[in-house]
Amino acid sequence: VRQQIVISGLGGQGVLFLTRVLAEAALRKGLDVLTSEIHGMAMRGGSVVSQVKVGDFLSPLIAAGGADAGLFLEERNLAVHNGYLKPGGFLAVDSRGPGEHLRLDASGIAGRLGSPVAANLVILGCAVRHGGLFCGREAAEGVIGRISRDPFRKTNLAAFQAGYSHEWNSGPGGGAS
Amino acid sequence: MMVNEKRILMGNEALGRGLVENGCSLVASYPGTPASEILESVVRFAGEEGIEVYTEWSVNEKVALEVALAHSYTGLRSAAAMKQVGLNVASDPLLRSAYLGVVGGLLVIAADDPGPHSSQTEQDSRFYALFAGIPVFDPITPREAREMVAGAFELSERYEIPVVIRPTTRVCHARQNVPCAAPQVLNRKADFRKDPARWAATPLFIAELRRRLNIKIEGISGEERYAPTLIPGDGTRLGECLIASGAAYAHTHDLVAEMGLLGRIDFFRVGMPFPLNRDFINRINSLYDRVLVIEETYPVIEMQLSSPSILGRRSKTIPGQGELTPDAIGEVLEKFLDQPEKRRAPAGREQGVRPTMCAGCSHRAAFYAIKQTFPGGIYPSDIGCYTLGMTLGAVDTVHCMGSAIGQAAGFYRAYAGGDFPAIVATIGDSTFFHSGIPALVNAVYNRARFILIILDNSTTAMTGGQPTPQSGMTASGETGGRVLITDLVEACGVGFNREVDPYEVEDFSRLLLEADRYTRSPEGGVAVITARHGCMLEKETVRSQPAFRIRVDENCSGCRVCLDRFECPALVMVEETGRVVIDEVRCAGCGVCVGVCPQGAILRESEG
Repeated sequence: VRQQIVISGLGGQGVLFLTRVLAEAALRKGLDVLTSEIHGMAMRGGSVVSQVKVGDFLSPLIAAGGADAGLFLEERNLAVHNGYLKPGGFLAVDSRGPGEHLRLDASGIAGRLGSPVAANLVILGCAVRHGGLFCGREAAEGVIGRISRDPFRKTNLAAFQAGYSHEWNSGPGGGAS
Repeated sequence: MMVNEKRILMGNEALGRGLVENGCSLVASYPGTPASEILESVVRFAGEEGIEVYTEWSVNEKVALEVALAHSYTGLRSAAAMKQVGLNVASDPLLRSAYLGVVGGLLVIAADDPGPHSSQTEQDSRFYALFAGIPVFDPITPREAREMVAGAFELSERYEIPVVIRPTTRVCHARQNVPCAAPQVLNRKADFRKDPARWAATPLFIAELRRRLNIKIEGISGEERYAPTLIPGDGTRLGECLIASGAAYAHTHDLVAEMGLLGRIDFFRVGMPFPLNRDFINRINSLYDRVLVIEETYPVIEMQLSSPSILGRRSKTIPGQGELTPDAIGEVLEKFLDQPEKRRAPAGREQGVRPTMCAGCSHRAAFYAIKQTFPGGIYPSDIGCYTLGMTLGAVDTVHCMGSAIGQAAGFYRAYAGGDFPAIVATIGDSTFFHSGIPALVNAVYNRARFILIILDNSTTAMTGGQPTPQSGMTASGETGGRVLITDLVEACGVGFNREVDPYEVEDFSRLLLEADRYTRSPEGGVAVITARHGCMLEKETVRSQPAFRIRVDENCSGCRVCLDRFECPALVMVEETGRVVIDEVRCAGCGVCVGVCPQGAILRESEG
């Protein structure tokens, strides 16, 4: 398996948490994994990007046009970070409006589950189902259950499941659901 | 832990793991991105393994290195960890430590930040190693960073010399599956052997110590084990080679593999950029007529090679600034290797949403009060979250740790004699401890007149909430001595020493005016206000303060005053209605914005 995934959002939206979930899921499957993230000033609500590379890589960074999949927690980041995606790569974005890529109202779904910050896991669930990620539902849920802190475990898993059960028709012309 | 168990470790955790596994008994550090997690992971792994490692957050990097040095003099292993600009602060003890050497292995971990992402320079710590005459390792991945610790301690003890490990952001904040081993127990006892000619060397002894240092460096540069490793080419590109180190090697390796050229061209990997292996230098200079050197962030390897055929930073083949990302290296490699140019869509980090202070952050309230009270003031500031006060127009200068106070004194001197503007310096609590205190003593002694606001949120927030000396808690979570900022201010001889909660904007503004009068009175001087309110990233702060329900009513005129002058992320303009609404997910319910709205349209309803 060789797969490159880019995760884009704002500081505080749980970009690093998703990065950890994917890294731990790779470890569980016995795959080599490298991730890269940025800490410090950028984490105070600014645009942040992290990268996950599964397989025999040495570099933790994804080159432009190298990502197989993109998980976008912030629509405004599309213009900044979608250059990482391969042509035809899978891209899911938290959005209420119509447009390109797989769009779903992850914040709304997470909000209705009582935990607006779990929008990141809604997006992950959706990507695991539709994005051809290296890990399946069980591996992802196993990691989420293990690394979530206590009061959040239940809603985190519910958010992931809500994203996973999101229906999407990836026909020509992209797909609103 | 099971031996050889694999875990996902961040590069900094892998370094911490390496220290714990290799009998290091003291680690001292000052938090700074990208190095902060090294000490924290030492605390964690030592706890997990049930072994004793003394850890401390030192007040600054100079002190951290001095503590580590003395530990090493007694034969025990120690380490000091810091970010690259921290090594500037620690450079004084570092340079002499090369001459005097060490006994127990001593590692200086200096984390560089090419780019930079979260630093005031993108300087290269390997240059310090070269300058001081200290060997330096340049890891490419978290896994290798952990492995290098064992070899670095061994080298340090065999040559009695400090050793630098220089990871960069892409190692420190990368995560990887890393095999871990059981810690080795050294069972050493502290045994300081007095030798004043060495440990207290006067100029009389320095030339001799330097001669010995030169012999050590000569010896290390001759050791085959520290020579660069080679992925040999198949002869199709005779006379050409690539040389790379650190994270830039990792990127280059993957790019060359992608081009299908791995094993076609001689490709050297430098693990020890200084001292560069002697035979390697001769080999490069005599066997190759086209050499590309790829390293971050300064030409350290390049400068040790003297051949005119070297391409790199000095030939401007490699960009002279900025991080060497796969995209930046890719462009250079395509030209050097005559490969077709790949079209690159911009995947930068320059644009996008810019960072801002958190909702409910008391720094925002403080900057608002400062700016409203002294619209024509000069605002020197400092290093921390509050640097973001720039976005509120309340930060004019940011230089290095502690410099707000020295610069405030400098500004005063420039305007002194006339009607000087209000000079309002801001500095965080941890930064004040780090290097603000001597500058404050200096300002009082030399009769400067300005207002200093110490933004005291009781933590080192920018780097993840490490405790300060005022917290009375140590790195390992034990009770430490407590040093109070207001006591320090008093002891510095400051005649105006007051405290305020910045949430009380009106009180704060009144106090600022009072402080201004003091700075202008005949007997006046430096006025210090400690603006105290907990950090909103600390659960305890959020738990202990009321969270009001905030609402914007129909009187909102869309004037944007709250957005432009206060800039709380919970205040959101709805373009369709032309009115501001509260983002209830982000709102901390502090209620400070209520006083900001000129229409009185922001209302504080109830405790939610």
